[in-house]
Amino acid sequence: MQFLFRYANPGQFMRLSSVLLPFTAIAAALLLALGLFLGFTVPPDYQQGMTVTIMFIHVPAAIVAEGCYGLIAVLSLMALVWRHPLSDVMARAAAPLGALFTALGLITGSLWGRPMWGTYWVWDARLTSFLLLLFLYLGYLALWNAIEDETKAARAAAILALIGAVNLPIIVYSVEWWNTLHQGESIVSGKLAPVFLWPLLTMMAAYGFLFLTLWMIRVRTEIISRRAHSLMLSGALMPRGGL
Amino acid sequence: MSFWSMGGYAAYIWPAYAVSAVGLIGALVWTLSAYAAAKKRVKDLEGGK
Repeated sequence: MQFLFRYANPGQFMRLSSVLLPFTAIAAALLLALGLFLGFTVPPDYQQGMTVTIMFIHVPAAIVAEGCYGLIAVLSLMALVWRHPLSDVMARAAAPLGALFTALGLITGSLWGRPMWGTYWVWDARLTSFLLLLFLYLGYLALWNAIEDETKAARAAAILALIGAVNLPIIVYSVEWWNTLHQGESIVSGKLAPVFLWPLLTMMAAYGFLFLTLWMIRVRTEIISRRAHSLMLSGALMPRGGL
Repeated sequence: MSFWSMGGYAAYIWPAYAVSAVGLIGALVWTLSAYAAAKKRVKDLEGGK
């Protein structure tokens, strides 16, 4: 906890992120290039044929979407309980990215489902709970934009984020708790053949680094925008003709 | 088997990759342009002090 508070102030974050950003950006670009190369050179799966290549963009998008919501929930808890000064800013900056990755997970999953299941959509527990994740992101963003007072908006959005976190274990375990058309977990259980596993892990790392890069830039943007806002306010408060 | 035909599943695979590419490149462009605009705004405000 001490570590988190040490880097809680905007100045420290700006310094730390300026050092980390080149590394995360380069890692994302290299891993994405490698992942795409590996992904497009796999042999067809004995059941799914070449549609298995959709897995390399669908699974990473879904995992980043869920991880991002978990991150927002933790940051919201820190904001509500410990009044961590950067938590709200970091959570708000992550939300549009989370919504984007959720939408990508849904669209790519739907395009994978049509040739494999015969339908783009089915109201099974995994798909429905994942769609709910998108609505939670949209609701979180709507709350931020609907309430004018930033402190109240941050508090309301943080409460929503914490309530919505209940959906995360439902998404993860839905394939075990209910009978779903969506396939069960196959990475940790070792069911996935190494020829598919390595491209998938590479793409998951690429998406992870890409998210980190975009998120840090968005947090920096928010910090700079707040600086601009306070500069404008100090300018507006200054008497005409200066002091 | 042609690379582009993707074993007969091209109609699903390429749109999935195209949507992902558009989404991720769009996010990158949007994020970088917002960052540049914020930096310019602070620079202008600090310069106008």
